[in-house]
Amino acid sequence: MAKAAEFRTCPTTGLKVDRAAEKLIKANAVVAVVFLAVGGLFGLLVALTRWPAVHFLPADMFYLALTAHGLDVLLVWIIFFEMAVLYFASAILLNSRLAGPRWAWTGFGLMLVGAIITNIAVLRGQSSVMFTSYVPMQAEPPFYLGLILFAVGALIGCGVFFATLVVAKAEKTYEGSVPLVTFGALTAAIIAVFTIASGAIILIPTFLWSIGLVSYVDPLVYKTIWWAMGHSSQQINVAAHVAIWYAIAAMVFGAKPLSEKVSRMAFLMYILFLQLASAHHLLVEPGFSAEWRIFNTSYAMYLAVLGSMVHGLTVPGSIEAAQRSRGLTKGLFEWLRKAPWGNPAFSGMFMSLVFFGFIGGISGVVMGTEQINLIIHNTLYVPGHFHGTVVAGTTLAFMAITYILIPLIFRRELMMKKIAQWQPYVFGIGVAGISLFMMGAGTLGVARRHWDITFSDATLPFDYPSAAFLMMGLNGMFAIMAALGGAMFVVVVVGSVFFGKKLADDELPSYPEVPPAAAAVSEYGSAEQVKIPGTAVLVGIFFIAFVLYYFVNWKYLSEIWPMS
Amino acid sequence: MSLTPPSERIWWKEPIAKIELIWIVVAFLWGLTMFFMMIYWHGAGEQNLSSEAYRIKPERFAERTQAMIDKYTVREENGLPVVRPPPGSDVYLLARLWQWSPILELEKDQSYRFRMSSMDWQHGFSLQPVNINTQVHPGYEMVFSMTPNLAGEYGVICNEFCGIGHHTMVGKIYVVE
Repeated sequence: MAKAAEFRTCPTTGLKVDRAAEKLIKANAVVAVVFLAVGGLFGLLVALTRWPAVHFLPADMFYLALTAHGLDVLLVWIIFFEMAVLYFASAILLNSRLAGPRWAWTGFGLMLVGAIITNIAVLRGQSSVMFTSYVPMQAEPPFYLGLILFAVGALIGCGVFFATLVVAKAEKTYEGSVPLVTFGALTAAIIAVFTIASGAIILIPTFLWSIGLVSYVDPLVYKTIWWAMGHSSQQINVAAHVAIWYAIAAMVFGAKPLSEKVSRMAFLMYILFLQLASAHHLLVEPGFSAEWRIFNTSYAMYLAVLGSMVHGLTVPGSIEAAQRSRGLTKGLFEWLRKAPWGNPAFSGMFMSLVFFGFIGGISGVVMGTEQINLIIHNTLYVPGHFHGTVVAGTTLAFMAITYILIPLIFRRELMMKKIAQWQPYVFGIGVAGISLFMMGAGTLGVARRHWDITFSDATLPFDYPSAAFLMMGLNGMFAIMAALGGAMFVVVVVGSVFFGKKLADDELPSYPEVPPAAAAVSEYGSAEQVKIPGTAVLVGIFFIAFVLYYFVNWKYLSEIWPMS
Repeated sequence: MSLTPPSERIWWKEPIAKIELIWIVVAFLWGLTMFFMMIYWHGAGEQNLSSEAYRIKPERFAERTQAMIDKYTVREENGLPVVRPPPGSDVYLLARLWQWSPILELEKDQSYRFRMSSMDWQHGFSLQPVNINTQVHPGYEMVFSMTPNLAGEYGVICNEFCGIGHHTMVGKIYVVE
């Protein structure tokens, strides 16, 4: 160690805050938001091009923008922000110093350099291979090299996280087990290691192939291993944003988990089973047996889905328990009606929870059903689904916690509170619209990653139903709304971080309202004292929607040509 | 709180609240239902994708496709052959940048053994408006049977991105009475 860690004491929580960890959280979060802005802009261009009446970009620019959009928001924004979450959940929550800040900076540097290299490769125009870069389509070598550097950097970040857990345990900075949020972050980090290893196994040979040292990369092998990275990385996101749901419920309501055991088991299900989801992308590929497809696509009998469904009960349940124990006990929903809907941290988190479950979650399970995938594979339904999970779910949750991190970590007062207050609604509803209308267009057969659904340059004509054009138009309109919400977020964050009123080390922020740690609810096992009928009704509605939608899709499937 | 260590050190011995237990059981049973539904459909349903596939060199696949075209072409359309193979036979559909070859003419309610492969990059077979979607790989031949059950004109769209001409890659299948 070059020098001993320096700490300040957080006036809100009383936790010791390692200044090195704090700097790293700031750097990772700021870079994340920059890439969110860039990637979001590309996303808007994509949506405007797919709106047939606007058809904004020419074909080559469209495919370039689509590649950049996937890269910058699905990978760069999310992983940078997750690094910030990992450092927060380890050093800060455990009251510890960060292990090896220099390593963390090295990881940060590698990620940044990698992201820039790959972005330049894409912008040069010769690497419009989409985020998935399926071989034998080839990008320029720097495209793969940048991704590899980025992955190595992220792996180092995970290592720093694990080392910090060890340091905190050894230096006894906390009592007993790690907090639930840290446990969730640990889940994310473990999945991340598996994810990055898969990425290395396939991207390194692909890079060597692109510079001519390897003669052949099998397209099916590529796809199988690539998705062990591609889909698992979405499970990092799920674990991270569920951890954030718990964190925001605790910060805004002082909520405790209904039971530590159940919530932790649900995270464990993610570690054990989520990785099988690579199979979701291989259901209509040549050569996989039905047994293989059924077992893997269902995460071994839907055990990871079980994990998410449990969180879907315990997160709102813990909020309801906290609110009811404060006296908001009238009827089924007084606790929810009188929740702080004007606090963007809460409204963003709650919309993230609802949209992730109803839009992203249900559609994901349905399209991941072995046979139903036949009517969905590679249609716009697929991006419809994952905008429900990754944007309405993950990105919205990350935005929500940013409103709390600005005063706590950046030590600045939040600026433009009115804009901040509306932002989660504008962004969340915009994204929900994008998801639903893309899913609708996909149900009508519209292909994803497609520049011209009128097929005006094709030798043979084909017409999609006019309803598909309506869907694409609505998708474009909601994309504008989501982009506006995204811009509002960037303006508030950048404004506050650079120009917000500085908070002295002992000064409490005025907004958003975060109760002091001691204001927590009843003693352990809050469900023991408090019933949560409102949450029971909510999950009941969710379950009915799930079952109905699932069987409706079997009905659709039964109407297509018989196949065997 | 979720942000602090569990207040009860032996948290794994705490009882589980009733509502959580009920929900876990419901969710688990629902998972089993969905799992067995897929298996059930293999027996009772009519829409199941076969897992029959072979490795094949693109040239070899092109030869076989050409042999079928030479034998069963009935007319031309936009310079492309329209092929009417006999019911029950093997039907080749070749994907390449940026074309599906050939145009097929099939009989309603007759079963055909489709064989698909790509000459170059990956492509996506998307039969519209039926909405059947499968992936087409170079070097692999996927084989499955389909029984058109409605007469009409169908589009074959490419729905796997395959470069700058991707959006012009449209094929056609006629189904006749």
